[in-house]
Amino acid sequence: MADIENGQDQSAIFRGTAGDDNVLKDNRSVQGTPAAAMPAFILGEELADLADSDPRIVVLTADLASANRTRDFEHRHPDRFFDFGIAERNMITAAAGMASCGHIAYAATFASFAAILGAETIRTDCAYPKLPVRVIGHHSGMSMGFYGTSHHSLEDIGMMRTIADLTVVAAADSNQLRAVLRASIDQPGAMYIRLGRGRDPQVYERVPENFRLGEAITLREGRDLTIITMGAELRPSLDAAAALAEAGIATRVIDMHTIKPLDAAAIRRAAEETGAILVVEEHNVTGGLGSAVAEVLVDGPRVRFRRHGVPDEFALIGPPAGLYAHYRLDAPGITAVAKEFLGRA
Amino acid sequence: MTRPDTSRGHNVSLDFLADRARFVRLETLRLSRIAGAGHYSSTFSAAELFAALYYAHLRINPAEPRWPDRDRFILSKGHAAIGLYPVLADLGFYDMKLLENYTRLGSPFGDHPDMKKIPGVDFSSGSLGHGLSVGVGMALSGRVEKRDFRVYCMLGDGELNEGQVWEAAMAAGHFKLQGLVAIVDRNQLCIDGNTEQVMSVEPIGDRFASFGWAVQRIDGHDLEAVMAALEGLKPAGEGKPQLIIADTIKGRGVKRMELSLNWHVGNLVGEDYDDAWNEIMAGLQPRVEA
Repeated sequence: MADIENGQDQSAIFRGTAGDDNVLKDNRSVQGTPAAAMPAFILGEELADLADSDPRIVVLTADLASANRTRDFEHRHPDRFFDFGIAERNMITAAAGMASCGHIAYAATFASFAAILGAETIRTDCAYPKLPVRVIGHHSGMSMGFYGTSHHSLEDIGMMRTIADLTVVAAADSNQLRAVLRASIDQPGAMYIRLGRGRDPQVYERVPENFRLGEAITLREGRDLTIITMGAELRPSLDAAAALAEAGIATRVIDMHTIKPLDAAAIRRAAEETGAILVVEEHNVTGGLGSAVAEVLVDGPRVRFRRHGVPDEFALIGPPAGLYAHYRLDAPGITAVAKEFLGRA
Repeated sequence: MTRPDTSRGHNVSLDFLADRARFVRLETLRLSRIAGAGHYSSTFSAAELFAALYYAHLRINPAEPRWPDRDRFILSKGHAAIGLYPVLADLGFYDMKLLENYTRLGSPFGDHPDMKKIPGVDFSSGSLGHGLSVGVGMALSGRVEKRDFRVYCMLGDGELNEGQVWEAAMAAGHFKLQGLVAIVDRNQLCIDGNTEQVMSVEPIGDRFASFGWAVQRIDGHDLEAVMAALEGLKPAGEGKPQLIIADTIKGRGVKRMELSLNWHVGNLVGEDYDDAWNEIMAGLQPRVEA
C-alpha cells in the first residue's frame, strides 16, 4: 500500500506460485495479473482491523479475493470470510441473510457485477429490509479500460441512487475508503460503496477526520465556479482547479462522496456563492451525480450548470488513461471543459 | 390461540395438525375476500407443510420473535404468505385482529411478507429465487456464531427455474450446510401450465443430489410422512444440506382448484365462497383422477 501512496509502480511483483513450471525464461513475460494493474486496496486490511474489535463484521467476495485484497481479511479472520465463487447475486443475497442474523456483511466484487448484475438483490434483499449489507463495487466507471463494456460500470450510480433507503457513497482514495468503512459500521440500512481500481491518485494525505456520510467536503475554495465531483474524478478535478486558477478562474471543488443522501445544502450554497456549477463524474451523464445535482438545482437558486461525464454511449475500449483523455475526464480535459462552460476558452 | 412451544418436535396429534391445515385453508379464503384476490392454490398445496412446521416442528418463541437461537423459516415462495399470516397470529406473534385489514392501505400484511413489519417473518420475500441464498447466509451466520439453529426454506417448484436457486444450492453443498433445509412444494403447476411443459424442473432430487444435497421425497399432504421427514432431519453442522421434496397438489382441498390453471390467483364470493368453505371443512377427500 505504501508504494501506491508514493505513486510508485509495483510491476515487479506478480501473482503466481513458485515451481518449475513457473520459471520464465524471458523477463519480459508476465504470469498472472501484474500487481501494478491490480488494486492495492486497503479494503481487506481495514476491514480486518475493524473486525478485530467488532465480531459482527463478515466479508464476502465472488472469486476476486486477490483482486480486491479481501484476502488480507481472510488471512486474519478466516472464519468470517466467504468466497462465493462467480455467483454475485447469491453472494449479495446471502450477505443479506447474514445481516438478518446480526452480522455486518461486506460483499465486494467488480462494480459492474455488484451494482448492475446485483441490482435487484441489492434493492429487494438489502435495501428494502434495511439490512446492514455493504456492497462494495470496485473497478467502477471505465477503470477496467480495455476489458470493455461488460466490465465497465457507467450506470451504477444511476441505478443505485433510485433505490430507497440505500446509502450510496464513492471513495476517492485509500484514506477516504478507510473513513468510509469506519463510518459504515453504524450507518443504518444498506450501502453501496463505489471504488476505483485501487491505485487511484491520492487526494487525502491522511484519513480524513470528522468524515460524515452525507456531508460534502469542500477541498478548495473559489468564487467563480464550483466543480462537484466524487471518487476517481476528484484528483483530476483538483488539478484542473489549480490550472484554472492560473487562468484567473477561482474554482471551488466539492467532494460529494455521498451521492445518497445528497448534501443539497452544499449544492445550494455553491450555486448562490459561485453562480456556476460543473459536475464531473466517471459515469454516464444520465442518471448519475450530475442528474442528482440537477434535481436539487431545479428547485433551487438560478445558476449556470453543466454536466460532464461520459456521453450517453458505451465507452470505447482502451487503456484507462487513454479513455480519461478521450472523454476529457483527466485534468487537462476538465480544465478545457470548464473554460468552455464559462466562455473563457 | 394455540399454545406455543419453544422446543423443536413438540408432541401434537396428527388430527390436530390436520385441523390446523384446515385453518390455513379457511383463513386463505377469508383473507382473499378482504383483498379481493388471493393466491389460493399455491397456499393450499402447502397447508399441511405450514401446519407441521409451525405447530409441531420449528424451534420458535412467539414471545421473542428475534430470539437469536430460533430456527429460521424463509418463505421463498412468498405468494403463499396468506397462509402463513394466520398461523403466526394463531401462535401469538401478533393479534389476529390485525389481519382484518389484510392488504388494505397501510396494512403490514401484503400479498408477500415483509420482515420489517411482521413479527415472526424471518425474511422478506416475493421475488422468486432469492430465499435459498438467504438461507445460505443465515446458516453461515449460525456457523460463525456457533449456534445450532436450523434454517428452513420453502420453495415453489416453478421457482426452481430461477438460476439463483442453483447458485445457492451449489454454495450450500460447498459450505456443507447441514443445518439448511430446503422444502420444495412440488405442486406441479406454475402460472402458464405444468412445470414440465413450461420449463421442466425434474429430476429435482437428482439435480440437488448432484449439488451435494441429501434428498427425501414425500407426499406433502400426508402429515405422517411430513412429520417423519422433519423428525428425520440431521442437526445443524458440517454435512450435506437437506432437501425435502413434498409432492403436493396445487389447490388441494377445493376440487375446482386442484391442478387447475385458473386459480393461481382468484376471488371467491357468494355461494362459491360458501361451497369452498364447506368443502374445506369436510377435510381432505381422496382424489379421483380425472
